Amino acid sequence: MSTIAQEFSKGLLKENPTFRLLLGMCPTLAVSISAINGLGMGVSALFVLLCSNIVIAALRNLIPSKVRIPAYILIIATFVTIVDMVLNAFTPDLHKALGIFIPLIVVNCIILGRAEAFARKNNIVRSIIDALGMGIGFTLALTILGIIRELFGKGSIFGFGVMGTAFEPMGILATAPGAFITLGIMLGFVNFMFKRLRIE
Amino acid sequence: MNLLAIIFVAILANNIVLNQFLGICPYLGVSKRIETSVGMGMAVIFVMTMSAIVTWIVYNFLLEPFGLVYLRTITFILVIAGLVQLVETILKKTNPTLFRALGIYLPLITTNCTILGVALLNVQAGHNIIQTIVYAISVAIGFTIALVIMAGIRERLELANVSSFLRGAAVSLVTAGILSLAFMGFKGMMTL
Repeated sequence: MSTIAQEFSKGLLKENPTFRLLLGMCPTLAVSISAINGLGMGVSALFVLLCSNIVIAALRNLIPSKVRIPAYILIIATFVTIVDMVLNAFTPDLHKALGIFIPLIVVNCIILGRAEAFARKNNIVRSIIDALGMGIGFTLALTILGIIRELFGKGSIFGFGVMGTAFEPMGILATAPGAFITLGIMLGFVNFMFKRLRIE
Repeated sequence: MNLLAIIFVAILANNIVLNQFLGICPYLGVSKRIETSVGMGMAVIFVMTMSAIVTWIVYNFLLEPFGLVYLRTITFILVIAGLVQLVETILKKTNPTLFRALGIYLPLITTNCTILGVALLNVQAGHNIIQTIVYAISVAIGFTIALVIMAGIRERLELANVSSFLRGAAVSLVTAGILSLAFMGFKGMMTL
């Protein structure tokens, strides 16, 4: 039982895809402009990761290892297309805000990375746990970055104003340079905390 | 939109890395030395132009006439993966010097999101074939410029006394942020 808990928790902290492994940087920088965008992107990637891990784990003995990468990309692209169409149909605003980064989930290194490093060697249950841990870790990271940038860049969280009228928003956080600088400082902070708390 | 505007916007005002956040992984991974960053840039220019042409043809003559536009993500990624493999094989046989120069960067490019991103952006913007080629080359040049500048800064940064927590990716991201701030200046020029 302990291994399942470890499998799940590694994605949240020790091997957090964004803060520790530095995977999936492009969507992280692009969509963390607001908390809701970060959450939307995180959940979309979580769904794709979960489905692709299940299918790849189920087919792991059938896919010849020489053509495994194209096969994985094809499986991932199928689920990405589903997400693209579902978001377009039910949440057109979010679909517009995330824009090109929805189809680009296909080339998100987290998803192909988990397929290559985990799902092709493990059974379906363990792959599901792994996908949930990694996906939730990614979602949390994106949402935290989104909250920081939205709070200081626009003075609101999830679209609700919380800073009052006296607060002067730091416009730079809502622009492209703000994304790089926020993520850079956040990475430094996470490194600092890990060293302080002596995790791993 | 005229071609000069496309070139200016793609290289400077809307730089693919610093403003559109595409290709961050190679940007952080291959920007440690100027030589390697130039090699990567050349490989990207080469593959991006080829893939933009091929995906444009596939989209306009195959997907659109048959109403299969919703399959574009799957088709494009397959076309790009196949193309990179093809380029690698052909180069190996016909031009070993260039193959050695591009070397390990070619396979890395398949997972470079700029390539798929540019293919999708071309379709979104409704570019014709000339605009597609010009746009792809300009974006790739913009990527190379950003990469080489970053490599130059990072070579200096190696010698600087950076706090141990910020060493590596963290300080590179902050540097990229300041670089991006500088590139934002070009945006103002477009409204003149």
